Amino acid sequence: METIILFAPLLGALLCGFGWKFMGEQAACVISTGLLFLSAILSWVVFLTFDGTLEQINILRWIESGTLSTDWAIRMDRLTTIMLIVITTVSSLVHLYSFGYMAHDEHFGEGHTYKPRFFAYLSFFTFAMLMLVTADNLVQMFFGWEGVGVASYLLIGFYYKKPSANAAAIKAFVVNRVGDFGFALGIFGIFLLVDSINFSDIFAAAPEIAETQISFLWTEWNAANLLAFLLFIGAMGKSAQLFLHTWLPDAMEGPTPVSALIHAATMVTAGVFLVCRMSPLIEFAPEAKQFIVIVGASTAFFAATVGLVQNDIKRVIAYSTCSQLGYMFVAAGVGVYSVAMFHLLTHAFFKAMLFLGAGSVIHAMHHEQDMRNYGGLRKKIPMTFWAMMLGTLAITGVGIPLLYLGFPVGFAGFVSKDAIIESAYAASPMGFAFWMLVVAALFTSFYSWRLMFLTFYGAPRGDKHTHEHAHESPKTMLVPLGVLAFGAVFAGMVFYKPFFGSFESVEKFFGITAEKHALVEPADLSLIAPAYAAGDSDGKEGKHEDHRVVGAPGDGAIFMAESNTVLHDAHYVPKWVKVSPFIAMLLGFFTAWVFYIKNPSLPGRLATAQQPLYQFLLNKWYFDELYDVIFVRSFKWLGGFLWRRGDGNVIDGSINGVAMGIIPFFTRIAGRAQSGFMFHYAFAMVIGIVVLITWFAIGLGG
Amino acid sequence: MDNLLSIITFMPLVAAVILGLFLRGDDEAAQRNAKWLALIATSATFLLSIFLYTGFDPANTGFQFVEEREWLLGLQYKMGVDGISVTFVLLTTFLMPLVIASCWDVKHRVKDYMIAFLLLETLMLGVFCALDLILFYLFFEAGLIPMFLIIGIWGGANRIYASFKFFLYTLLGSVLMLVAMIAMYMDAGTTDIPTLLSHSFGSESFSLLGIQVIGGAQTLMWLAFFASFAVKMPMWPVHTWLPDAHVQAPTAGSVVLAAILLKMGGYGFLRFSLPMFPVGSEIMGPYVLWLSAIAIVYTSLVALAQHDMKKLIAYSSVAHMGYVTMGIFAVNQQGVDGAIFQMISHGFISGALFLCVGVIYDRMHTREIDAYGGLVNKMPAYAMIFMLFTMANVGLPGTSGFVGEFLTLMGIFQVNTWVAVVATSGVILSAAYALWLYRRVVMGDLIKESLKSITDMSRRERAIFAPLVVMTILLGVYPALVLDMIGPSVEALVSNYDTAVLNSEAATAYAEN
Repeated sequence: METIILFAPLLGALLCGFGWKFMGEQAACVISTGLLFLSAILSWVVFLTFDGTLEQINILRWIESGTLSTDWAIRMDRLTTIMLIVITTVSSLVHLYSFGYMAHDEHFGEGHTYKPRFFAYLSFFTFAMLMLVTADNLVQMFFGWEGVGVASYLLIGFYYKKPSANAAAIKAFVVNRVGDFGFALGIFGIFLLVDSINFSDIFAAAPEIAETQISFLWTEWNAANLLAFLLFIGAMGKSAQLFLHTWLPDAMEGPTPVSALIHAATMVTAGVFLVCRMSPLIEFAPEAKQFIVIVGASTAFFAATVGLVQNDIKRVIAYSTCSQLGYMFVAAGVGVYSVAMFHLLTHAFFKAMLFLGAGSVIHAMHHEQDMRNYGGLRKKIPMTFWAMMLGTLAITGVGIPLLYLGFPVGFAGFVSKDAIIESAYAASPMGFAFWMLVVAALFTSFYSWRLMFLTFYGAPRGDKHTHEHAHESPKTMLVPLGVLAFGAVFAGMVFYKPFFGSFESVEKFFGITAEKHALVEPADLSLIAPAYAAGDSDGKEGKHEDHRVVGAPGDGAIFMAESNTVLHDAHYVPKWVKVSPFIAMLLGFFTAWVFYIKNPSLPGRLATAQQPLYQFLLNKWYFDELYDVIFVRSFKWLGGFLWRRGDGNVIDGSINGVAMGIIPFFTRIAGRAQSGFMFHYAFAMVIGIVVLITWFAIGLGG
Repeated sequence: MDNLLSIITFMPLVAAVILGLFLRGDDEAAQRNAKWLALIATSATFLLSIFLYTGFDPANTGFQFVEEREWLLGLQYKMGVDGISVTFVLLTTFLMPLVIASCWDVKHRVKDYMIAFLLLETLMLGVFCALDLILFYLFFEAGLIPMFLIIGIWGGANRIYASFKFFLYTLLGSVLMLVAMIAMYMDAGTTDIPTLLSHSFGSESFSLLGIQVIGGAQTLMWLAFFASFAVKMPMWPVHTWLPDAHVQAPTAGSVVLAAILLKMGGYGFLRFSLPMFPVGSEIMGPYVLWLSAIAIVYTSLVALAQHDMKKLIAYSSVAHMGYVTMGIFAVNQQGVDGAIFQMISHGFISGALFLCVGVIYDRMHTREIDAYGGLVNKMPAYAMIFMLFTMANVGLPGTSGFVGEFLTLMGIFQVNTWVAVVATSGVILSAAYALWLYRRVVMGDLIKESLKSITDMSRRERAIFAPLVVMTILLGVYPALVLDMIGPSVEALVSNYDTAVLNSEAATAYAEN
């Protein structure tokens, strides 16, 4: 069954991409979509029936060289099953949605068939993503890792006539390669130390790696820290973290369903998945964990600030994605991997929905993406409006604070985001990460509501004709919105316990089979409930109330070291900490309301008054300009310099001219050769040399 | 099948002789006959080499299919293959029919053109099969002639300069190799390669012209061989002949040059430098690693600045050969396995890329990147194939390009992390230049008036690419096809090397300093 889940999308991609000429355009798209729904249904079956025990399925030998042995293999554990449902669910819905969204595309002329190509790319992407998450070793994961990169490249550049789309596609691939550079070095380092790149071997060796010093470049490093750091560079590229984030906003050049699937719900979360997958190693790398937290928190803050002022509806959501990924990394960095996965799951639902909703708006507005030309669309496209509203409620974190009914009550984002903020506080009270995340939550609320107000409220702006013809999207687009809306509302509450409830529930869910369940009596959930509701004033009570016995690294899908009690402590943070994201949300909402409903002239005046700051944010902290000067231009210049000066003057100059001094002689011959004799000369010369040499050799020998 | 290797090696030569002696005239019928005969001969050679594949026992690390007989002037004729050379033989026989098929539209002196390629195939196969020093040298040097002619007669406007540059670079390198070969003969008293492989050449340091030569004779011989193979590869900084040669060579010539001829250098390192001069290799190896790392970054940067498609791909070839030399002189299983795999894979990929250039050159008669743009609108099949090989060229996992690159980098990481980091940065640069080339040629709207009537690939062109596509993906998904063949031989090579180095005082002393 796992094999079917994995290969159905590949089959769909091949049939659709190569077979549409024989079976027709529509049939090809239907087949690829059908196969994805099959994959999705089977994934849910696997997820719901999964009992927590690791299963490994070998498919084919791959790279074998000396002690290096790599197989194509499937690793089924809890992490994999979570990713399976996220990927196949969102992907199948996006396939369905694309029937409507891609029906008429003005980027292509009449008679130009582009739909099968689009569906084939989508299915191929899904296959690569599934390879990534089902991998049983780092190299197969790298296959999926680069495979999704290619799919992303192809889909960002789908409108190949647009120069900006082509540029964005290359940028995405090359920036990701910077990350892959780190990832690859990490794999090499792991092989050097462990002599294997299979997860089980790496996990088993993790405690030993932590004790090892590795000599890398100029000095000795603690191996666990170095390797975790290198792998995380890969994660930074794929998950668009600060410094390697520049490709993600540009990736919005691709069609909107692509943004929803690849650049919101699945591919960009691969980095988070990688960190969680490698948790047995990460747990032994305290400095690397610190680094992850700092990068994650900075990204969450940075991206949220840029999101405040963007005018393109998709770019706002793109920066929002970037920011939310930062949240996930903070969770992973402080050691609550299950919470990182929790936010990954809920975020996949509400962010995919926001993107698809935005797509629906764009579709209605004839591919207008500038929010300044929207306004008052609430009545025109009510279904889209309500879907977007639910998504916004989810991402801004609306819920009822301090109410606990066996789970917190609120939209998906409320539950998972608060869990991250509480964990950040528990890991480091009043620390950098905590404050960054709370401020980011405020900004998130502001830009999300700004988006809603600008799009759906107020008076229609921009082209009148477009507004008059704005129409609700077809059913194929609305149904996926409905399904995702369901997830955006309930995913948080339903999955609270297995992801964040308590050590017991989390460990059970992730298949950690520590003997603890036999040793210590089951934790009392009723203890948590009052603690949650009341907030723990000193934040310490209940700490270490049970002595957790942890299994070996690699036992279960994630690993939390014995000293890592953040998951537990997060439930006992002070009450004000628990409420702070909620207050941040309210503040953001209120400010957005004042800015865009109550007093719409205020934003313009503020922007004029704070011109430098506004420009700084609008231009995304000038990262693109900076990189253009530092990398793009200078490398091009260097390339030209090395070619003309290095190859031309120095190497050719010295070898041809000075050192040999025979080139002039040969050019004279060459001059004569134009008359047709050249090849006789050449032949005679070579044969002469060969004969001479042979004779010489024999003469010496004989 | 005692003479299988000889039959495979000389079958193209026989066809060339038949063409030369019996085919008269230069009308269309004669041209067609020449092409068909060449195609049949090369295909038959390939079919015969399948017996080589099926009959070869990878577990046996010695030479197989060995033939030995007296030759003229008391010289010895000896042929044989081990796990390393057999893969190169198969690569050559596999590619040559495709090369012939790719020159179907040539009109100028077709018969001579076919003869040149057939002769070249024999000589290349001879290089990989020869087990005698003199025989090897003859094949190795004589291989220059047909290639020199192919560039010089059927090449582009500046072909004279390019062919002489090609010829002189490679020949001057070889002269030093010849001197070393003579020295080897004087030392070991034989030209038999298997015997020489087990002979240990002197490695005591001595002083020459006031310079202390660490590793003694081995180092000197190593350097002499290096001069020849480094030019062939080509390694930085003696690579500049290659872009010129590629640019001027006709498409089929470029394919052979990139796909097979360059591999002679790598093969030479594996057959001579490593096993015969282990001490020399150990002493000089670190410099080679750095030259390789520089090659990867330097030529990738230079590739970014190119305006000519062929030149860009030629520089990319040099970068890819950098991984090969780096892997070889990492001297561990992953490194050497990866280097060989990279050479095989590069044979398919670079061959296909030059063919891709050929497809549009045949239509537009220009290699200027700026003359193109938006081809995808008119040539979707071409766009897809070019994409596949572009991705294979940047080492996408799942294509054969990945396996070699990955293994060589993994090998080098165990030896020198500095070199590993510099070389790994090549994967970023390669993505940049390859995708940028693709974008400028294939992507975008088709606005150039001259391109409006361009046609997609013909049936013949597709048929040429099909086997290359299959091999690139097959080896990417199931590299065991090659790795199983070379594995035991490489293992033996590496362990012999390690033993030799351990036993050598010079190497140990050098390592301690």
